[in-house]
Amino acid sequence: MKKLLILSTALSTFAFGASAQEVVLMSWGGAYGKSQTEAYLKPFTAETGIKTTMVDADNPATPVKAMVEANNVTVDVVDIEYADAIRLCDEGLLETLDPAILPDGADGTPAMDDFLPGAVTDCSAATIVFSTMYAYDTTKFPNGGPKTMADFFDIQKFPGKRGLRKGAKANLEMALMADGVPAADVYATLETDAGVDKAFAMLDKIKADTVWWEAGAQPPQLLADGEVSMSTAYNGRIFAAAVAEGKPFESVWDGQVYEYDVLAVPKGAKNKDVAMQFIAYATGTQRLADQAKYIAYGPARKSSGPLVGLYEDGKTEMAPYMPTSAANLTNALASDFEFWADHDTQLNERFNSWLLN
Amino acid sequence: MALPIYADPLERAWYYSYRVICALIFIFLIAPILIIMPLSFNYQPYFTFSPEMLRLDPDAYSLRWYDNLLTFGMSAPDALRDSSWWSDVWHNAKWVQAAKNSIIVGFFATIVATVLGTIAAMGLSRPEMPFRKLIMAILISPMIVPIIITATGLFFFYSDIGLSGTYFGLIMAHATLGIPFVIITVTATMMGFDRSLIRAAQNMGAGPVTTFFKVQLPLITPGVVSGGLFAFVTSFDEVVVVLFVGSHEQQTIPRQMWNGIREQISPSILAVATILVIFSICLLTVVELLRRRSERLRGVTPS
Amino acid sequence: MASPDIPNQNDVLRTVDGIPLKTALATASRRARIRAFLLVVPLLVFILLTFAVPIGQMLSRSFTDDKFSANMVELGKWFDANGKAAPDEAAYAALAADLKTSAEDRSAGNVGTRINYELPGTRSLFTSAARKARNLEPPFKEAILALDPQWARADLWAAMRSASAPATLNFYQAALDRQIGADGEFEAAPENTQIYVKLFIRTFVMSIVITGLCLLLGFPIAHLLAILPLRHASLLMILVLLPFWTSLLVRTTSWMVLLQTQGVINDLLVWLHIVSDGGRLEMMYNQTGTIIAMTHILLPFMILPLYSVMKTIPPSYARAARSLGATSWTTFRRIYLPQTISGIGAGGILCFILAVGYYITPALVGGADGTLISNQIAFHMQKSLNWSLAAALAGMLLVAVLILYWAYDRIIGIDNMKLG
Repeated sequence: MKKLLILSTALSTFAFGASAQEVVLMSWGGAYGKSQTEAYLKPFTAETGIKTTMVDADNPATPVKAMVEANNVTVDVVDIEYADAIRLCDEGLLETLDPAILPDGADGTPAMDDFLPGAVTDCSAATIVFSTMYAYDTTKFPNGGPKTMADFFDIQKFPGKRGLRKGAKANLEMALMADGVPAADVYATLETDAGVDKAFAMLDKIKADTVWWEAGAQPPQLLADGEVSMSTAYNGRIFAAAVAEGKPFESVWDGQVYEYDVLAVPKGAKNKDVAMQFIAYATGTQRLADQAKYIAYGPARKSSGPLVGLYEDGKTEMAPYMPTSAANLTNALASDFEFWADHDTQLNERFNSWLLN
Repeated sequence: MALPIYADPLERAWYYSYRVICALIFIFLIAPILIIMPLSFNYQPYFTFSPEMLRLDPDAYSLRWYDNLLTFGMSAPDALRDSSWWSDVWHNAKWVQAAKNSIIVGFFATIVATVLGTIAAMGLSRPEMPFRKLIMAILISPMIVPIIITATGLFFFYSDIGLSGTYFGLIMAHATLGIPFVIITVTATMMGFDRSLIRAAQNMGAGPVTTFFKVQLPLITPGVVSGGLFAFVTSFDEVVVVLFVGSHEQQTIPRQMWNGIREQISPSILAVATILVIFSICLLTVVELLRRRSERLRGVTPS
Repeated sequence: MASPDIPNQNDVLRTVDGIPLKTALATASRRARIRAFLLVVPLLVFILLTFAVPIGQMLSRSFTDDKFSANMVELGKWFDANGKAAPDEAAYAALAADLKTSAEDRSAGNVGTRINYELPGTRSLFTSAARKARNLEPPFKEAILALDPQWARADLWAAMRSASAPATLNFYQAALDRQIGADGEFEAAPENTQIYVKLFIRTFVMSIVITGLCLLLGFPIAHLLAILPLRHASLLMILVLLPFWTSLLVRTTSWMVLLQTQGVINDLLVWLHIVSDGGRLEMMYNQTGTIIAMTHILLPFMILPLYSVMKTIPPSYARAARSLGATSWTTFRRIYLPQTISGIGAGGILCFILAVGYYITPALVGGADGTLISNQIAFHMQKSLNWSLAAALAGMLLVAVLILYWAYDRIIGIDNMKLG
């Protein structure tokens, strides 16, 4: 029934002139934004005639709340982290998503079986799996670079400035893993005050040598400018800089923290119906597989996996650069969305006062 | 002031070192603005002078970053550069869109600020103006109140009344920020204005309207124009209010620069910066010429 | 018309119309005053609408927050009826009812956020309780405490009582690094979460340093401009005015290019063998960067008022002092300097006011320890979305700036503000 409704909306869109409708997608900019433009926006416009616009933000989850509460929603679809989607959905800041609109896999698998576990929630559908890991500038370490998460926090052994995201998420987990906490125990440790103290104590070791970044495009730039010798980053950005631009960056997967990235519609979006139509389109098997052609993020659908081929240069095999490839998962942590949906505010407050003190 | 003949050696030493110190401070003032100009022609995407650049090797210089300003955001940047390519630039290139937005907002904000500001300055410069100081203080406060406070206030206010993300809202906000500059410059001009000229005109039978257009306006025009230029520059350079109340449709040059600087200062930013510096040199020249004209009109010895 | 029956009519001067001259003059001057005022009215209304009202409305947010009170109605009623009494079964029943409603209309996050402002770390208490609220059965006290024993905390109930009325001064308390203690009274927040007072102090200290540097660099320049022949002075004046007219973002970009580790200044220092290639100075993303860039940006605001004062000082005073036997240092200290005080005051206060509220430059080059209070306001506006706290911080900053502005007006007079 709902499917029919969406379909008829889509049809009426065609019938009454598509020009009035548009989809504004707010995403993270840079190489990732480019991959979405190529894989989702351009084909969507080509097929439906609906105009699409891309807007950049440091983290699109933060403007969502401001927009909805101020009753001034200017974007139709947002690309946000999984934990943020859960949190915003709980707070009633996102439109609910009917899973029935999501297309079945190209191989015929029903949509809900085709998506990776948990990838579809009440308000959102996942597109990719991304990872926060760290990378270093090989020219700074001619005698062999860092290998483990602990090396990142070891200023004596690997001198040089560090780049870290300005926020609690992923940093605390990485600090604990560097301190020797096994990946499986990280969140249990962080639930305790002592565990949080331990993570901050670890961060204290590199605080004086850290440059803080906010937008995902900054870490490759900081590395390229020589402002830092190693930095945490979203893995796709490092891939783009290393493979596409030939920068001497080496990724370290030990202690990576991976998570879904999802598409959702903010409450009160002006073009809600087309926005849903867009999400259904963008999370299709082929779209997700296509996106992996432009950036090294793993598709959130099983059926997309086999379709992932070479990078747009036509020669680089993508698999070794994916956060989900077996070799990269030896010591990896799946970000716990429930933990962050509950503790995000509190730990960021702690983080901010830590930063200023 | 030349070195007096009675100066002792210590004073002589101080006289010259003082000039050296001043020269260094002038370099501090001006060098940062000039240094980005040659760097914007760097062929490499770096912010330092390569050895080739220092040898003035023509291959080390290029216009690629200026070209990038046109092609960034285009739908088909690699097409043949014919009329349809230029039309693509005009409709899609991000920096061109930003320039258009900046000019539209700046132009209308300037008109609003200058008209309202000049009328108010005429009132303020009258000796009989009541509560002069208080009103002046209120009118100048947009310049004094930290911009972040104004921007947050406007964010809530505009969201409530539906002006967020509109050109109209942005123009009104920028006009508010430009008004103090208009008030200061125009009142300063009017204070120097000889009020007996008005009485003389009225004595000779001119009505208030004739007096305004034939006597007052020509004398205060330089002040009004430079006030207007100040207002325009204020709007043209404003980013915080745009960040808070503008939507993606009101992408102005400073906002585009802000995004660019935060993410990556590619030399394209330096190319924009160079263009803006040349723009401000032009503005400065106009203001200087106006000031001299105003002094001449008012019979002050020209400097 | 002159009327003969009014006694003593010759005692006062009258106009042709017979109105006493005093009255007529008063009327005329009143009319002139009204006319002058009417010219200002349109702009006053405009400023009121686009400036004063928005700021006032924003500040009113610093005193209210209804995220809790609007969603926890039953509990609000219980607090109204029972005041500071310890929570009984009725209170827990009200809590359970409210949690159920908040789970249905998805407001538990907002409710938790509001209490979390007062007691960091309690937001998840509300969201997780709301998730399970459907299954709560009487007796509610035991049921809720079974979910999480933290629900019995006295400070939690004090915070909820305090939040059950939308009007509050708590955000100003928070802006002064104070929080609700176990006894429900305000106390200093733990050392590691105190930031705002420090940040205000840092903002003021850095502004003083920047103002001081501006004075140090601006004084010689203004003096030189004042003593040089006009022809040379107006050429040099262009070097002061050009930065003044150049876009703020352009100037900030320039400094980023200059101060980077791989930037022009470091390259120059390495080339001159002042520092080694490995020992490049870190001048950006810290206080040094903010101070250098802001000094450059605010310098013209110091030079211009100083210059306009120094231009009016007649050189004959200094010459007289010298001919009476004063040394050049004494002449400067006793004769010249006192005459420039009003210029120093004007430039100093102006620079300081502008520095205290600066946002853009610290945001771009400040890193973690070079940011100012404005950046924290922007953080709460855009990232943490604690708008009431942002408004409270903005209110405190505004008061500080207005006091300085008032002082400026008293000492220098706003009419004397000049631009170029």
